[in-house]
This record gives sequence, C-alpha cells and structure tokens, in this order.
Amino acid sequence: MNLIKLLDSMCPDTKSAEDKERFYSRRDAFRQFGDFGKKMALAAVPLAVLNAIPHVAKADTASLIGVLNYALTLEHLEYRYYQMGLDSGVINAADRVIFQKIRDHELAHVRFLQEVIGNVLKGSPVAEPEFDFTAGGNFSPFTDYPTFLALAQAFEDTGVRAYKGQAANVQESDVVLTAALSIHSVEARHASMVRRLRTKKGQDTVKGWITNASIGTLPAATTAIYAGEQNLTHAGVDVSNLTGIDANAVSEGWDEPLDKDAVLGIAGLFLGASN
Amino acid sequence: MKKELIKPQALIKNEDRRRFLRMGTMTVASAGLLLVGCNDEDDMGPTMPGAVNLGSGDVGILNYAYALEQLEAAFYAEVMKGGYFANASAEEKTILGDLEKHERAHREFFKAALGANAIVSLEVDFSSIDFSSRTSVLGAAKVFEDLGVAAYNGAGQYLESADLLLIAGKIVSVEARHAAAIRDLINPGSADFAGDDIIDANGLERTLNFTEVLTAAKTYVKTDIDFSQLPS
Repeated sequence: MNLIKLLDSMCPDTKSAEDKERFYSRRDAFRQFGDFGKKMALAAVPLAVLNAIPHVAKADTASLIGVLNYALTLEHLEYRYYQMGLDSGVINAADRVIFQKIRDHELAHVRFLQEVIGNVLKGSPVAEPEFDFTAGGNFSPFTDYPTFLALAQAFEDTGVRAYKGQAANVQESDVVLTAALSIHSVEARHASMVRRLRTKKGQDTVKGWITNASIGTLPAATTAIYAGEQNLTHAGVDVSNLTGIDANAVSEGWDEPLDKDAVLGIAGLFLGASN
Repeated sequence: MKKELIKPQALIKNEDRRRFLRMGTMTVASAGLLLVGCNDEDDMGPTMPGAVNLGSGDVGILNYAYALEQLEAAFYAEVMKGGYFANASAEEKTILGDLEKHERAHREFFKAALGANAIVSLEVDFSSIDFSSRTSVLGAAKVFEDLGVAAYNGAGQYLESADLLLIAGKIVSVEARHAAAIRDLINPGSADFAGDDIIDANGLERTLNFTEVLTAAKTYVKTDIDFSQLPS
C-alpha cells in the first residue's frame, strides 16, 4: 500500500472545516514531497504523511493508541522471534529466504506502529518486553526446527485473529483502519506459508487455511489459538446449510477474530519473568 | 448512442471528487444527477440498459464484494472442468478444490445476506484464460486472489456497520491465505507469497479503490457494472 495513494483515497474523518483544510493542504504538500522525494528512504514517509491525519478527539486518540500499542506488543514478539530464529541457525538454509521476508515485514510493522503512536498520535509506544520463547523451558524453538515452525504458525495465526478482533475499535479512523487491514492480510499470507511449509515437511497435515478448530500436531497449549474457528454462521446465515458445502470447507472460508484478553493470554506464555 | 460503462461522476479523480464533495451534500447530489443525466424518480434503479447497479452505502459495498466473489467462484468452477486440473498434482488439486468451495461459499453467503438487494448473476468472460495450461490458470488465480485482498482492504474504510466490517475481515484474510498459496505454487519456496510487488517498505499490503478493482475485473466480466453510487 502506498500511503500517499491511501491519503488520496480517503476522506478526512472530521467534521471540522479547519481540519479539512489542513488535511487537504497537507496532503497536497505530501504528494509533492512524494514526487520530489523518491530518493528518500521510504521509511521516512509515513511520519510526514500520517501527520496529515486530522485532529481527533482526545478520547478517540487514547483509544487508538491503546489498540495500536497492543498491536505493537504482538509485532515486537513476532519480530524478535524471527530475528532470534535467523540468528540461531535453526532454520534450514533453503527456507531462510521465507523467514527473512517475514522478519522484514514484522520489523517494518514495529517501526510503522512506533511512528504512528509516537509521532502522529503523540502517545508513548510500548517498549519491547522481554520474551521467553521456551515458555518456561517447555519449547526449544531455536535448536529444533519443527518446534520453530510450530510456534511460527501459532504466532501468525494468532496475529491474524488479533488484528481482526480490533477492526471495529479503529473504525473511527479511516487511515488507521486501512493500515491495520493492510497489516492483517500480510500476517495471513505469512500464516498460510508457514502452515503449508510444515505440511510439506511432513510435520503436519494442515493446509494454508484453518480447518474447524484443529490444532493439527501443534502442542496442546495452542488450543486457545484456534478456539471458535469452526464457526459456520455469519450474519445469521449457516453457510454450510445454505450451500450444502461440507462444514470443513466452510469453516476454512472464514477466519474468526480473537479479543484482546484471549490474545494476551496466549502471548503471556512467552513473556519473560521480568515482565 | 453507446452507453459508457463508467458514469462521468465516477471518472472524476478522487482528489477532485473530494474537493467537489466539500461543496456540500445537496450541491453534489443535484450536480451528480445532472452529470449522469438520470431523472429524479429513477435514481436508485439501473441507469444504463444492461448495466448492473451495485447500489449505495453498505449494500453497495456488499454487492461489490458479491460481484468479486461471483467472478472468483465462476473462475474456479471452470478450473475444475479444465485440462490442467485433470492432470494437476495431488497438492494442487486439493488447493484448487478448496478454493472453489471457499469462493462458492462466499458468493452464496453474500447473495443470501443481500437478499432482495443482491445484484443479478454476472456474465463472465474467461476467453483470455487457457484452462489446459498450468501457467495460465495459476496466473489468473494469482490475479483474482491478490485483487480480492486489495479490494477488501480498500473498501473496509467505507463500511458503516462494524458487524459487516468484521465479516469482511473474516473473508479477506482467507483470500490472503489463498493468494500466498497460489503464489507459492507458481514460485515455490520463494518470498513471493508476500512479495514486494504487493507489500511496501512499511510492511503494508496494497489497497485498490473501486475504480482500480473494477477496471482490472472488466477483462473477465461481460456485464457492465455501475458503481457510481458507492460511498467515497
């Protein structure tokens, strides 16, 4: 997603005429910035562009900061996990290109969220927590590749559910919602790839999509990550009854959200004792 | 006189349209009617013979999704009947078979959810796809899946209902899972499943607006689609 293009395609989410004027004049300025500043590091752009977000009420800002800091915590976890995995040498040489790409995305998400929280919404981005990816000595992801892959799947599928669960909480801001959706689908791509990779290696039979609430061969501790994924009813319509398509396939066709408490309960397994 | 697919109002670039919108709702409504030349009594109905009008508001967005799901479901139905699928590997048969079911389920869901507001079935045109060719079929699947993700990501901000936003979110991540799998079939074991062609330096996937999506889809859809009443 190109942020300048995004800015072009959105309405200022404010009723204030002054804010709208500010929005349009800033957007025009940043469009020119985009035209003339192509040699600048891309990472420098979002701060400038996102400063064009019109003022929102303080309560709304606090709420957005809260949601984004929650997302940032999860992105910290994912980034640190993949960086440690790449540093440890546990990843098969042929698969490093996959996990380098995923690591790059998670790091980009961390930086993007830090910028939005700190420089745009004027909040305080949460610091990176101390993680314990052994979950108290239960897992050895950095010496055992199947375990590394299993936890990667768990983190990615959790990430998809976590972002989905927050969509309505950022709906007040077109920019934040669209950015969150644009991260959400990237996490889903990661999840699909890691799931299929595990099956290709004979470690599981999972597909890129989630069948019912199956954890496959993942440890029992991951049950909460897939709870509720067997849902067949959307907007009051039982899609399996409606179509005659088997329940397995219908459950695969819709991913379910998770609320913040459930996600933090899962992530909490990997937070170090000092947190 | 040949009728245009896209009404003049929809051709105004976003930036201009937004400036235009600042003139005020009433002004825009009347100016819009003048531009499209439809009369007051008929402004919710089809404005062009043979064209399907997606409608306005959340119904319009759902019909937009329904149109895309129709396209995807029709595509995979053809794939199932083609020469490539008949001789595909077990893994590819499983994936394409799943995608056919998922997209058909999505299509039927939107049709049921829209009820009387649902648009008619679109007439598709897959003459540009060679269903006996793996390269052609997977290439088209990649286009459809990536397009679907970008369309949902771009349309989310226009939904008023939080419930519908959640439903769109439940579907878009599955489309992204599909897209990654198809990309990996095309270029196995590479970083293409989440390639730089669709994900930027901030780790954000591209979004496409209504015009961009429906222009891309037009290659495969014979029915004219009037999306001029969609929110902006």
